[in-house]
Amino acid sequence: MFFASPFKLKDKGIMGMNQRNSAYIGRYNPRKLYPLVDNKLKTKIIAKEANVTTPALLGVISMQAEVESVETYIKDTPGFVIKPAKGSGGKGILVITKVENGRYYKPNGSEESIAEIKRHVTDILAGLFSLGGSADVAVVEGLIQFDNAFDGFSFEGVPDVRVIVFKGFPVMAMMRLSTAASDGKANLHQGAVGVGIDITTGKAINAVQFDKPVQYHPDTNKELALLQVPNWERLIYLAASCYEMSGMGYLGTDMVLDRDLGPMLLELNARPGLAIQIANGQGILPRLKQIESLGDAHGMSVEDRVDYCKKHFSSSTDPLSK
Amino acid sequence: MNARIFFFVLVASLMLLGIFQTVQRHITLDIPWLPGETRTIWNIDAKINFNAKDGPVLATLTTPEAQAGFTKISQNAASPGYGLSFLEDDDAKKAEWTIRKASGKQTLYYNIQVLEDEKSVDRKINEMPALFEKEYPASSTTAGKAIIDDALKTSADAFSFTREVLKQLNADVPNQNITLILTSKATKTDILIALLNEAKIPTKKIGALILEDGRRRQHLTPLVEVFQESKGVITSQLFDANSIGAVNRDNLLLWDQSGKALFELVGGSDSKVSFSMIQQEQPALSALLQKSENEHLFNFSIHSLPVEDQSLFKGILMIPLGVLIVVMMRVLVGLKTSGTFMPVLIAMAFIQTSLVTGLVGFILLVAVGLFIRSYLSHLNLLLVSRISTVIIMVILLIALFGVLSYKLGLTEGLKITFFPMIILSWTIERMSVLWEEEGAKEVMTQGGGSLLVAILAYFAMSNDVTRHLMFNFIGLQFVVMSLVLLLGSYTGYRLLELRRFKPLVDKE
Repeated sequence: MFFASPFKLKDKGIMGMNQRNSAYIGRYNPRKLYPLVDNKLKTKIIAKEANVTTPALLGVISMQAEVESVETYIKDTPGFVIKPAKGSGGKGILVITKVENGRYYKPNGSEESIAEIKRHVTDILAGLFSLGGSADVAVVEGLIQFDNAFDGFSFEGVPDVRVIVFKGFPVMAMMRLSTAASDGKANLHQGAVGVGIDITTGKAINAVQFDKPVQYHPDTNKELALLQVPNWERLIYLAASCYEMSGMGYLGTDMVLDRDLGPMLLELNARPGLAIQIANGQGILPRLKQIESLGDAHGMSVEDRVDYCKKHFSSSTDPLSK
Repeated sequence: MNARIFFFVLVASLMLLGIFQTVQRHITLDIPWLPGETRTIWNIDAKINFNAKDGPVLATLTTPEAQAGFTKISQNAASPGYGLSFLEDDDAKKAEWTIRKASGKQTLYYNIQVLEDEKSVDRKINEMPALFEKEYPASSTTAGKAIIDDALKTSADAFSFTREVLKQLNADVPNQNITLILTSKATKTDILIALLNEAKIPTKKIGALILEDGRRRQHLTPLVEVFQESKGVITSQLFDANSIGAVNRDNLLLWDQSGKALFELVGGSDSKVSFSMIQQEQPALSALLQKSENEHLFNFSIHSLPVEDQSLFKGILMIPLGVLIVVMMRVLVGLKTSGTFMPVLIAMAFIQTSLVTGLVGFILLVAVGLFIRSYLSHLNLLLVSRISTVIIMVILLIALFGVLSYKLGLTEGLKITFFPMIILSWTIERMSVLWEEEGAKEVMTQGGGSLLVAILAYFAMSNDVTRHLMFNFIGLQFVVMSLVLLLGSYTGYRLLELRRFKPLVDKE
């Protein structure tokens, strides 16, 4: 059979795109809050107010005339990332991991000339990568020195942890490991490996690439089952506190782990994808339904909510795996 | 929950409104469901010959009135030098020719087009025609009186009386009275009228034309219309004096219902009227539009616009169908397209160019455009000027392809100019960025998805039946709208998700 039976999918509690759009994003994410999430610069500002750590901001280029000055921001850094503030789906993110004698190298080792970097910034300002093609600003961030715990798990890129936070409850998590196929980017549809992470322990449950199960990282051949996210407590706490900060009911939080600074918020996503279900090997709907059944008057703090999820959504206590 | 109920009530009422309006339009205006249906139109010429007496001439021809089975579409007359007017008085419609001075042989033509129309009805009879005073010799004789007496005994009303008289008149072995009456010079029709008049039954002499395709030099067949009043309602029936059976009104046009003369002539002699006719099949819709009485009914529709704007609307009214296809493909199937409604625009271009030409042209333009655009990306340009360059490039490419195909004798290639250039340029730009960022595979998926949806939308929008329905039944727009709304509330799985999530189900 080429297609799965829709009834079986429903039994497994798997959420489809239409349901996500109308029953969760449409219902729980107020339209007027979207700019906070869609604009990475605004996200950084509210995150700072809420004491959520984010990568260092090196500079912002908001006008074409300032493009020439991009060099002053990046010259003396060990590496940096240039991204459009309103970009979506990982579009327009330029990662430079090595700066040597005024020459810039991408994670795959190929050189990027300063002219090419400036052109990239120009494209960002013109709105090539932004939603709806509106004018944009370019954000220059410091490169994250990723944690040694991930050595061998990621190829040429920063692995990040996507946590779905529903009404403040971290309901499901996955780790996204870049591969050669994804060109150092952590987007699953570009070929990154998605690893389902147990909410309780931060350990790997299941891994997929291109929506198909995998056991080993395709480039480093490291066994993915060994993956354990360090500092998991802090990470999941930060993710859950993004609810108060952004006001979004159905939120995708992208967290990264810095070697020195610990977990930090990379960006928020108001339209998180469905691949997390495949990475976890289970549907998200039962968990969402359970949170919905709590109602709005549960009066739980961030810690309470994290504890609640740890108790109920562990892969061993999951009602579905019984 | 209430919002949900309200939504479904809204959708249902939109759909019902649309269906109701559509069915109502079909029934009242007779607009056919399918585009191929035709209606029969009779094109009839009346030719009048007479000799003018070298002086003023006034010629009047009685023309057909509205009647069951036929509707007049148009009339005209041709007769050089004559003044012409169409008169309508209470009794009859007439065509009147006038000239100050004419001599010798004269020929006048009158042409009428009538539509076979089941919906048309006879004119209401408001008053009984008067009995005439003049006594006919035939009926006042004892023989005539005897026939009337016999028929009166075996009949109940005017119609059955007429049938009884006809039975006697047309008997295989006529009795003495009949033989006696028939020896007079009068025709059976005149005898019947005289007998009925004597029995105080009002009648009218009708001239009927038997319609048969391609007949020439035909004459009117005399019929007798018999009137009867009961309980204040006047009814009438047609009888043919030469047969007992009822008159079959199929293919029978009652030309002269005046009860007087078919043709009146002042200032001439030896007049002769003959008819010739041909049958034509016309598309039902254009025939209906010609029906003058429909004018006000069509008034508030698109049909009342100038033809040029109508053809514009013909295109516009198809767009909802293309949009519906896009919504279905995205919500039910989950196809990726580049730009939400770009496939509809491409499909509209395909309608202008024809599918194969359009497809080849589109792929050619985008492919060459992508190739040149890949060079532009090295030039480090601002986005707006880069897109502008791509637009100019697309225009040049279109001109190049147009000239090239014309020189090669492929006039089809000229249709490439129908493509919306700005849309094409954006497509090339986005595809090019997509190629750089996500690779050729994603370009193929999105481009292929767009083209697939465009082709489906093209088939839906260019189909003769759907074009006919969408243009003539505005109500269908509401039906499409309700379907789109309904799809907007679909929260089930998309077809491609059944494939995508399959590994999750297969795990056990």
